[in-house]
Amino acid sequence: MFNFVLKRLAIAVPTILILIVLSFMLMFAAPGGPFNSERPLPPQVLANLEARYGLDQPYWKQMYDYVVNMVTRFDFGPSFQYRDRTVTDVIMQGFPVTLTYGFWSFVVAVIVGVSLGVVAAIKHNTWLDYLAVGISVGAQVLPNFVMAPILVLVFTLWLGWLPGGGWQGGQWQYLILPVIALSTSYMASIARITRSSMLEVLNAGFIRTARAKGLPTWRIILGHALKPAMLPVLSYLGPAFVLMITGSVVIDVYFSTGGIGQFFVNSAFSRDYAVIMGITILVGVLTIVFNLLVDVLYAWIDPKIRY
Amino acid sequence: MYRDKTTGASLVDAVHLAEVQGRSLWKDARQRFMRNKAAVAGLVALILITLFAFFGGLLARWSAEEIDWAMMGNVAQAGGPSIANGHYFGVDELGRDLYARTVQGTRISLLVGFVGAAIAVIVGTLYGAIAGYFGGRTDGIMMRIVDILMAIPFMFVLILMLVIFGRSILMLFIGIGLISWLDMSRIARGQTLTLKNKEFVEATIAIGVRPMTIILRHIVPNLLGLVIVYATLLVPTMIITESFISFLGLGVQEPATSLGALISAGAGQMQYGVIWQLVFPLFFFIVTLFAFFFVGDGLRDALDPKDR
Repeated sequence: MFNFVLKRLAIAVPTILILIVLSFMLMFAAPGGPFNSERPLPPQVLANLEARYGLDQPYWKQMYDYVVNMVTRFDFGPSFQYRDRTVTDVIMQGFPVTLTYGFWSFVVAVIVGVSLGVVAAIKHNTWLDYLAVGISVGAQVLPNFVMAPILVLVFTLWLGWLPGGGWQGGQWQYLILPVIALSTSYMASIARITRSSMLEVLNAGFIRTARAKGLPTWRIILGHALKPAMLPVLSYLGPAFVLMITGSVVIDVYFSTGGIGQFFVNSAFSRDYAVIMGITILVGVLTIVFNLLVDVLYAWIDPKIRY
Repeated sequence: MYRDKTTGASLVDAVHLAEVQGRSLWKDARQRFMRNKAAVAGLVALILITLFAFFGGLLARWSAEEIDWAMMGNVAQAGGPSIANGHYFGVDELGRDLYARTVQGTRISLLVGFVGAAIAVIVGTLYGAIAGYFGGRTDGIMMRIVDILMAIPFMFVLILMLVIFGRSILMLFIGIGLISWLDMSRIARGQTLTLKNKEFVEATIAIGVRPMTIILRHIVPNLLGLVIVYATLLVPTMIITESFISFLGLGVQEPATSLGALISAGAGQMQYGVIWQLVFPLFFFIVTLFAFFFVGDGLRDALDPKDR
């Protein structure tokens, strides 16, 4: 187990470094500096500004300082766009919002997706199964940027039940539409994976034995079938979490929730490389850490798995 | 197949009497595909949408960039879909013909999908086949690289690239091409691992064919079935990726458009009662995705014997 975690870490750390180097290389390749404007600055001012942001250092030194500051002080450097704030400020402001509805979307996607998949598998080839499969196929072609406008159209414009945007400190009315829009397609994938793995497990010998012993169906499902059927789902959850964070960009922009995605897109428009890079690296690190956790969890639950 | 074998006169006669029709692998697959109604419907829809994307412009009475000044300012009242004034799908918020723009958007979305899938097929298949065929340390290093690239949040890196190098369709193609081949290389590698121990590969090695020739002439053609299936399922993923970025306003640039950009524009305008601006692009987007998924599923059933 320990060796396994160590081996995974040996891949994770270089991956993070490659991500950082890649982002830096892209940034260095960018035409023009962040302080190039319509009216050229006096050379002395420009030099002072570059010294303030460390841009007069050689590339490797900039990169090294960046990594050291990030690791030791969680400092991603100053933002180019908001002159009085650091990238860390921006991240700290947006991230709690993204995490809040990201967490709820995750919970909804897992609970609804797994239930849908299990029901479809138990009622294999009945109308319930077809309904569940239909829902999951339908949800697959409705990515979050399609779901969001449709939801707003129905629930805000036509029915007038829920607000079509804003955050207001995360009151539940403001949470519902973003959570539905974000979770639908993941819910569909989870339902599909659960269904097929559940079908496989239900045909296994130990389930037949349990049935032969006369156990009630619900105890067979909950006590025997669910745990092994969950394994493929678990391995999907790592990537799903990542996709949810990525997908949240659309949710943030469309619902103006003030999450991390909104800052990301704003920065993309105003060419604030510092913020873009900070968020890219943060999401990358989260992705890698989360995948690592899922892998370790996986190996712990199913000792047969060894990579 | 059996008709060619002459293993005894009586047997040949018997076979001739029954007139057994030989069936090739591909013919077999085609029959299985044709029996799948959803897949055939998807294929028909795809053909129609492709025709619409490339020849629909011939029916348009307005170009995609032309502003109908009569519509400007009262789009909500007068800009709805109408045959009479030539705006079959209505006009957008600036008074441009939505029909022409939907044709253009569908074309660009399809192009992005196909180019992304094509890059995935060419790069991914070769990469995976080479890694799988040579095995050992080459395989280890090559697949580690794929692992590492897969762990990077590409949507963010892609946006970073678009911001830094400027937003253009070419950049979008490059960016999407960079991501798309990763999955394909894994699939191709897995299949190559089982193929390379087959007798026909052994035979080619025995007669001294060079490794690259074996890969190109003997391994890759045998990967095609699987590769086609995944490529079909990859096209909608690419379309979604492009639309996602265009929805954020970071993809294709005006006056060019894509389905994602049109959906975004329509979604931004819908509270003014101009619902057609959302509905028409959305319709083409959803039908395209559905069609690709159905065709991909049908192809998988037809070509991948494991899943039947």
